Amino acid sequence: MSDIQDYQSSLADTASRKFETFSYLPEMNAEQIRRQVQYIVAQGWNPGIEHTEPENAADNYWYMWKLPMFGEDDVDTIINECVACHNAHPNNHVRLMGFDNYAQSAGASMVIYRGNPV
Amino acid sequence: MSSRKTYDAGVKDYRETYWMPEYTPAETDILACFKITPQPGVPREEAAAAVAAESSTGTWTTVWTDLLTDLDHYKGRAYSIEDVPGDDSCFYALIAYPIDLFEEGSVVNVFTSLVGNVFGFKAVRGLRLEDIRFPIAYVMTCNGPPNGIQVERDKMNKYGRPLLGCTIKPKLGLSAKNYGRAVYECLRGGLDFTKDDENVNSQPFMRWNHRFDFCMEAIHKAEAETGERKGHYLNVTAPTPEEMYKRAEYAKSLGAPIIMHDYLTGGFCANTGLAQWCRDNGILLHIHRAMHAVLDRNPIHGIHFRVLAKALRLSGGDHLHSGTVVGKLEGDREATLGWIDIMRDKYIKEDRSRGIFFDQDWGSMPGVLPVASGGIHVWHMPALVSIFGDDSVLQFGGGTLGHPWGNAAGAAANRVALEACVQARNEGREVEKEGKEILSNAAKSSPELKAAMETWKEIKFEFDTVDKLDVAHR
Repeated sequence: MSDIQDYQSSLADTASRKFETFSYLPEMNAEQIRRQVQYIVAQGWNPGIEHTEPENAADNYWYMWKLPMFGEDDVDTIINECVACHNAHPNNHVRLMGFDNYAQSAGASMVIYRGNPV
Repeated sequence: MSSRKTYDAGVKDYRETYWMPEYTPAETDILACFKITPQPGVPREEAAAAVAAESSTGTWTTVWTDLLTDLDHYKGRAYSIEDVPGDDSCFYALIAYPIDLFEEGSVVNVFTSLVGNVFGFKAVRGLRLEDIRFPIAYVMTCNGPPNGIQVERDKMNKYGRPLLGCTIKPKLGLSAKNYGRAVYECLRGGLDFTKDDENVNSQPFMRWNHRFDFCMEAIHKAEAETGERKGHYLNVTAPTPEEMYKRAEYAKSLGAPIIMHDYLTGGFCANTGLAQWCRDNGILLHIHRAMHAVLDRNPIHGIHFRVLAKALRLSGGDHLHSGTVVGKLEGDREATLGWIDIMRDKYIKEDRSRGIFFDQDWGSMPGVLPVASGGIHVWHMPALVSIFGDDSVLQFGGGTLGHPWGNAAGAAANRVALEACVQARNEGREVEKEGKEILSNAAKSSPELKAAMETWKEIKFEFDTVDKLDVAHR
């Protein structure tokens, strides 16, 4: 048994809480976030930013940061908004969305700044 | 030509009535492509006409009641014959059926005609239904998938990646409580779904209601623990429709997000009814396809899977097993890409390189998520993400439960591998080519993935595909 590793996850440990796509990977650095923004722009999706208290991460509706950036294809502009949202809500999860208006679905949704789970 | 006809008893050549090479199919016709292997000495036109006749209005001899109706309106018409690339023993026959021949919204009725008695017909040695074009006029009479891909993503809160599942094993013999344990471990480790094996219905070792109870506790606890939405495909396939609905109602009363049905063994009638029930009740419907290989594997006789996939999309289901291309089960890559388009897309163009014989317009009918399941593990993940894209469910049974540290670790390994591949794809990397590097890098922060990669490194399934696309190979 000594070579079997225990799976660390419990109701009591708030670090067990995940937040969907990419939450099983290490938090992205600035360069990795940039590439994901580029992907969303390249797909022709509308970027959007949302944030929430980590304890409410399972809800459908997070707080919108302003409005989705319809038609915005400048990567730096989008990243600046991400940073602004994070600075305004440093303890919250901040997620980057790519809204596909043809599929009426989010083509991409990922937490790019992680709040502290409580 | 005079519209007056006289009764002339006896046997006529089919081609006099049913071979119409000058016919241009109407937009409302149902079109079918059959691969026909005629008996020796039977001309192609006669064999094609015979199939058109026997799958529509014809019988072996003329009867006087034929003259009480306008058979020229109702008959199937063989309108074209083509060589099968690489095989002179058979040919393709294209047949058009007027839409009036079929009851609205009834997959049952369409298939009773098209693949009924004609498949036992003596004049042909082999007969295979390769493709059907359902006109939009007929598609609109069917309910189709109860929810569709976009609704499922919204309900389950899964975006920008394939969904991840696992079939619980051993497929038979577990008690309900032990079975629920296996479900819980998978879900807490990071899977979105677990699945009843198709064989699991309501056997003496585990009655259905006990299984439903324990699986729902597993879902609720895993959701509380991970903060993510989870489901388990509760198999409601049953001996009778009444029993099936009883199980579905109970699943709903427990708050289950998804149930499951086997559409071929259960039958199109039961499936279409259950899909309507799921539409009414807002519950997702996973479809298994036991018995499909009996129908679709023989290249010269039976029904191609792309046709069975169309039948399911019309009958209704939110998921359908599609084959993996890379795992232990049959599946040619180009052909599989063809039928996963048929499941998901709004409009599919004729593409012989993928075995698609007709344009197919689905209008506003929702799409079905293809499910890749069977003999796959973390090393297959880069290929699966490349082949299937985001709108799919990737299911690792042995590839989750067989992890040396157990189900939760196996689930985490798969989730990390999946997310690493999606992240890399989004970054513009060639995931299939750089798969090893992508997984190895992800394993640096996931001991579960590292252990999985060490366990399954050597497993491959390199058998030749039996049912290949027809291509010239001489």
